[in-house]
Amino acid sequence: MDWQGQKLVEQLMQILLVISGVVALVVGYTTESFRTMMLIYAGGVVLTTLVTVPNWPFYNLHPLKWLDPSEAEKHPKPQVVPAASKKKVSKK
Amino acid sequence: MHSFGYRANALLTFAVTILAFICAIASFSDKFSNQTPSAQIQILNINWFQKQPHGNDEVSLTLNVTADLQSLFTWNTKQVFAFVAAEYETSKNALNQVSLWDAIIPEKEHAKFWIQISNKYRFIDQGHNLRGKDFNLTLHWHVMPKTGKMFADKIVMSGYQLPNAYR
Repeated sequence: MDWQGQKLVEQLMQILLVISGVVALVVGYTTESFRTMMLIYAGGVVLTTLVTVPNWPFYNLHPLKWLDPSEAEKHPKPQVVPAASKKKVSKK
Repeated sequence: MHSFGYRANALLTFAVTILAFICAIASFSDKFSNQTPSAQIQILNINWFQKQPHGNDEVSLTLNVTADLQSLFTWNTKQVFAFVAAEYETSKNALNQVSLWDAIIPEKEHAKFWIQISNKYRFIDQGHNLRGKDFNLTLHWHVMPKTGKMFADKIVMSGYQLPNAYR
């Protein structure tokens, strides 16, 4: 998922859950049924899960632009001099 | 939000937080209900009135309890626990409360009732102070919600008196 997709997911998740909660509360109060409220909210949570958790294609519409390999060669990585001590040196 | 697990965790946490909010609001909505319960208790008969071997008085009564607790039920009520207590004063204790009968009312339909019953629990005094005693019969109730705080209230009915001599 790219950055734009992640932002979209976060917004969608919050909005969908809040709306589920509000709708559940209003319908439950007017029908005087606690059970209805809980069922509507559970349905809303399941719907939100299906929309936001899997990696749908529409979250990948702005893929990251990685640099060309030729561009990267123009800026070589600094060389690490191996030390005389027994410390492990990790090369990136 | 870059991995499945991350998103699933965020969703679950937020969903549970919103659930807590919903339950708090549902519990708060109980404040807006108009509650007008009513009750009447009649003592039909004093079955017997004796002094036990250990020196404590005991009474057996037949009661007729009529009550309408339907207005206590809201959408957020799980059940109402009602009980009848005999309350009186003695020289040793400022208040004695003896529970005589109780019931769990699970639904609004069952909350308007008429029952004639002898006391479910024994009416035993601490001592032998009951002869000629004036006492109140109080119907207490505890409304147990589906979410939120339980609250209790009562109706006090006074004017009852036990006989002056054992029978």
